[in-house]
Amino acid sequence: MHQHALLSLKSNNIDILDKDMKENISIRDAIASDLDAVISLDQWAPMEEKSTYWSDVFDHYVRRDKNDRLFLVAESNNRVVGFIIGEVRAWEFGSPPCGWVFALAVSPNNRQMGIGEQMFEEISKRLKQSGVTTVRTMVDRDDKLTLSFFRSLGLCTGKYIELEKQID
Amino acid sequence: MKLNKASLFALIAVLELASDTEQQLSTTDIADRHGISTHHLAKVMRNLVHEGLVQAVRGAGGGYRFSGNVKRTTLLDVIQLFETLESELDVPNHWDQKGNQIITELQSITNEIDELTKAVLDTITLATVLKNSQRRSAVMAALSTTTA
Repeated sequence: MHQHALLSLKSNNIDILDKDMKENISIRDAIASDLDAVISLDQWAPMEEKSTYWSDVFDHYVRRDKNDRLFLVAESNNRVVGFIIGEVRAWEFGSPPCGWVFALAVSPNNRQMGIGEQMFEEISKRLKQSGVTTVRTMVDRDDKLTLSFFRSLGLCTGKYIELEKQID
Repeated sequence: MKLNKASLFALIAVLELASDTEQQLSTTDIADRHGISTHHLAKVMRNLVHEGLVQAVRGAGGGYRFSGNVKRTTLLDVIQLFETLESELDVPNHWDQKGNQIITELQSITNEIDELTKAVLDTITLATVLKNSQRRSAVMAALSTTTA
């Protein structure tokens, strides 16, 4: 599940928005009743697997109250328009404790409003409060827009290299 | 990776113009600002106009203006107008390259490096470079104020 990145920033949500619109967005912890809204924002998981997948994610990140697991949603006019999920992981791959962001999505109708940036800033703040000073993510090399989004927020290539091969 | 002069001059010119999309600058303005050859830069500017990244404004006070999208144009978009960024193995002509599996493997490795290089350059937009440069300048200014 952790490797299943949901970085569905498929269009122009990397633009800085106008302050008025920014003020209408609030970022809060996800609650159990956000499940349907989150499922509808997910453009990645296959339709038939969405329900099971997201129920598991909610069990792990929403229903269990742990400070180092973060599931935030962005709300505009009482409607969920985006979400971001991350957590602190320690000593995987030999890495000291570090924040990971593994899912981020913004409603196609609410892009170019800086929502992705606001959510990322908030989760980074919370991760820092949990005691880590680095935040990491993983993005498909061909997903130029999402990579550009993270680059614009100051992320750059880290010290770990992802390796893979086809298994014969 | 070693960028050729044309790529570097193009990046400097495009970033200079993109820092204020309303401004018009002549080749001499940009060359003088960065201490580079006007003659070489003029050729680069013609290429950038041809590719639609900058627009030539004629008449008194004319010059060049950025005409691309600052938040969508990447470093690779500019560099690839001037070079391919493909690594080459300097293999002697008389070698049978097709039958040499070591050469084939080395080429595969350099291809992997090239792909990574391009992946990085293709995701850094002009807006990001300008933002990071401004941030760097602000830090330097703060440091110099502290040490003064």
